[in-house]
Amino acid sequence: MSAAWSESVRPLKKAFWSCSPTGGEGRMMLPKHRAHETIRRRSALFVAILTIVLAGGGWGQYAIAASSPDVQAKLSYCKDCHGPSAQGYRGYFPIPRLAGQQPAYLENQLRAFIERRRTNNIMFNVAHSLSPSMLSALAADFHALNPPPIGGAPQRLVATGKKIFQDGMPENNIAACAACHGPGATGSGEIPRLAGQLYPYVIKELTNWGKERGQNPAKPDTSAIMSPVAHSLDQEQIEAVAAYVSTLK
Amino acid sequence: MRGNGPKSAIVAALCWALLPVTATYAENLAVRNCNWCHGGSAQGYTPAPRLAGQRSQYLEQQLGYFHARTRDNPFSRQYMWGAAAALTPQSARQLALYFSSLQPKAANDGVPDLAPLGERIYQEGMPDANIVACVVCHGPNAEGVGQIPRLGGLAYSYLKRRLAQWAEGYHAAAGPPMPDIASKLSPNQIEALASYLSFVK
Repeated sequence: MSAAWSESVRPLKKAFWSCSPTGGEGRMMLPKHRAHETIRRRSALFVAILTIVLAGGGWGQYAIAASSPDVQAKLSYCKDCHGPSAQGYRGYFPIPRLAGQQPAYLENQLRAFIERRRTNNIMFNVAHSLSPSMLSALAADFHALNPPPIGGAPQRLVATGKKIFQDGMPENNIAACAACHGPGATGSGEIPRLAGQLYPYVIKELTNWGKERGQNPAKPDTSAIMSPVAHSLDQEQIEAVAAYVSTLK
Repeated sequence: MRGNGPKSAIVAALCWALLPVTATYAENLAVRNCNWCHGGSAQGYTPAPRLAGQRSQYLEQQLGYFHARTRDNPFSRQYMWGAAAALTPQSARQLALYFSSLQPKAANDGVPDLAPLGERIYQEGMPDANIVACVVCHGPNAEGVGQIPRLGGLAYSYLKRRLAQWAEGYHAAAGPPMPDIASKLSPNQIEALASYLSFVK
């Protein structure tokens, strides 16, 4: 059914995705957030250790199980937009593939929506409704999925994209994407998997990098690493790289 | 009268040549058959939905689903299965392109008091209730794109029935995501969405 979604890449700069000027609120709440963050991290670690140490002793019931009805309902909700196998979906706006994505990246991005580091009104609302343990359960589920890419990128761009991805463009100070994202674009840790990602989504992200990512000056994050690269790529190069990674399995 | 004959013929020929393709296509027998139920300007006539301004790829796909008897709610069985039975893929595409080129008018027949809730569900979703935001696929003005239909301005009763029918087990398409999304909506949420969308231009 998805074969004919594809005819056009939607315009990239829609008001809907654009930066909202509410960063100030996030800054005011910083100390509280940080305290919460520390407490949350510590409790997550504590729960994780407890789970491992006491798994045999009946403590498993206290950890959120991937099979719990809440997790299943939330997964079904995520997949309503991101696709039944989280393969991504071309709606009015491109909805990214989550299948095979690095759990650390997914968790960091969901926190980024909440902390207004990353601008997206829809995902801000969505992320707010997720508890930390729910978030980890979802990230683990998505990581385990591996449907084929949905395709739809112009084939003529793939060869140029492959060259940029593998060799970079030293003359323009652009490192090989493969250096960080891996030769198969599978990512690692907070560095995202790009393999099979939607062509129009990658274009949108690279084009709008400075308007969508790293938006909370009080909370600088790893998105800064990509800023100069995204800035240095021109539109044609962005489209080529996006076409190439969208074909990778 | 007799003297006007050649002049009239020339004027008629000129008019014919200058008419836009769509205007001549409107005289086509297939279009007239659609107009019996969907209205003279295809703005819809309860319970037949507006076709004017609908996405051409969506119309073409739906004609395919009627032809294949996939879309199976009672009115589809009663009217559209027969209407689409004799269509070729080419004629379905022509009809779809024609109707999508007509200017749509909003039905404006929803319940005004319910529209604000409908707008909230449409634009933001209800994450705690696992209800997604319609805007992501159907667009900021419910204009649709590709095979994703325009919802803005469709009639309240049509939208309400369509949204309810997914949970009742009827199909409008071969696959996801709408059956799952719509079956999570309560009757009140459906009425709110249908109300809001009926006013969207």
